[in-house]
Amino acid sequence: MTQASIQVGSSPQVQYLLRIADSCLILGQRLGEWCGHGPILEEDLALANMALDLIGQARALLTHAAHLDGQGHDEDQLAFLREERQYLNPVLMELPRGDFAFTQVRNFAVATWLQLLWGRLASSSDAEVAAIAAKAVKESRYHQQHAADWVVRLGDGTDESAARMREALAQLWPLFNELFDADAVDAAAVAQGLGPAWSELRADWQAQMDEVLADATLAHPKPSAYVSAGRRGVHSEHMGHLLAEMQYLQRAYPGGKW
Amino acid sequence: MSLPSSSACGRLEAAWELLRQIPDPEVPVISLCELGIVRDLRVREDGVEGLEVVLTPTYSGCPATELIQDDVRTALSAFGAVQVTLQRAPAWTTDWITAEGREKLRVYGIAPPGPAAAGAEQPIRLVHRASLSQLACPRCGSLQTEKLSAFGSTACKALYRCLSCREPFEHFKPI
Repeated sequence: MTQASIQVGSSPQVQYLLRIADSCLILGQRLGEWCGHGPILEEDLALANMALDLIGQARALLTHAAHLDGQGHDEDQLAFLREERQYLNPVLMELPRGDFAFTQVRNFAVATWLQLLWGRLASSSDAEVAAIAAKAVKESRYHQQHAADWVVRLGDGTDESAARMREALAQLWPLFNELFDADAVDAAAVAQGLGPAWSELRADWQAQMDEVLADATLAHPKPSAYVSAGRRGVHSEHMGHLLAEMQYLQRAYPGGKW
Repeated sequence: MSLPSSSACGRLEAAWELLRQIPDPEVPVISLCELGIVRDLRVREDGVEGLEVVLTPTYSGCPATELIQDDVRTALSAFGAVQVTLQRAPAWTTDWITAEGREKLRVYGIAPPGPAAAGAEQPIRLVHRASLSQLACPRCGSLQTEKLSAFGSTACKALYRCLSCREPFEHFKPI
């Protein structure tokens, strides 16, 4: 590792945008790991395409966050040169890709959440955020629809696929709480008109999850009080490994371009 | 290539003519103009000799975005230094693909998109694989077609199969 790390400022505005940008970036990285490993060619392509959408959304938000941060950084420096505690994605995004059931349950939960979030951000007081969101909300609808199809197909499928879906739901359910946790960064975003408090999205998210899980003949697990803390930079043991792989090129070959 | 005319108006007209000939790198049968991503072409306002082209990107993650910018710069380099400006708002929609562009897509074997606006507020619906798609096959026109996958070779397309002529085809998704 020869390239020094960068630090971003602590303004609530930048933190709020990084939480969303990092969610897209890290989940995009995880979905990209399916490339060449999908159960069928069509699904290999679909997961890679969704990863590209997510990374594209992350690029736009990181560029804007770097601009607001005002230290002259660019999207690549923010994506590749921060240290683990400076990434603000919920822990949910960084968990290893797991099996196909795990990937589809997570994709459905996140796409449903992002679709609600982009929808609200489309009327952000920040014109650039609003423009990014207006584009992204249309993409997230396809992601949500696609994952919903798989949740139903696998949940209401064979004994094996249904068992794997129940297992994935049980593992993931406690991690969803962080998507709706309220704190001072969210409160500042609401005060500025930048975007919604994530807690405001919970009821709509729950309703859409319930509808699809019912179609999939899947019961949702019991609520959990556990709240992970990725949004404050406190990550799981998986994050460091993900970053080591994701950052390797920029650390070893500083400033390398495509 | 015709030489740039001396009058600003003639120069712009000549530049538009060149711009209209640049194909989309992923779907080369239609041009960037027919795809509806060229928002404006004007003389640069920053004092540098050359033209400014305003583009609206299609998908956030479309890997062709950079290539398209390079193609535009190369095509218009005879007019001086080209400035490419990306304009996100309003977001690109397949409704901006021209009628000629749609027909070219169909002849090429890609079923063109239906209206995007109509789908914007639809709730998530569960489409079972056995159900028919209502999409016309671009080769034989049959409505007996089925969706194979929501994502094709690029994010903007889905994979379908015609049950009448048995040919697979792609569909440019409305967005």
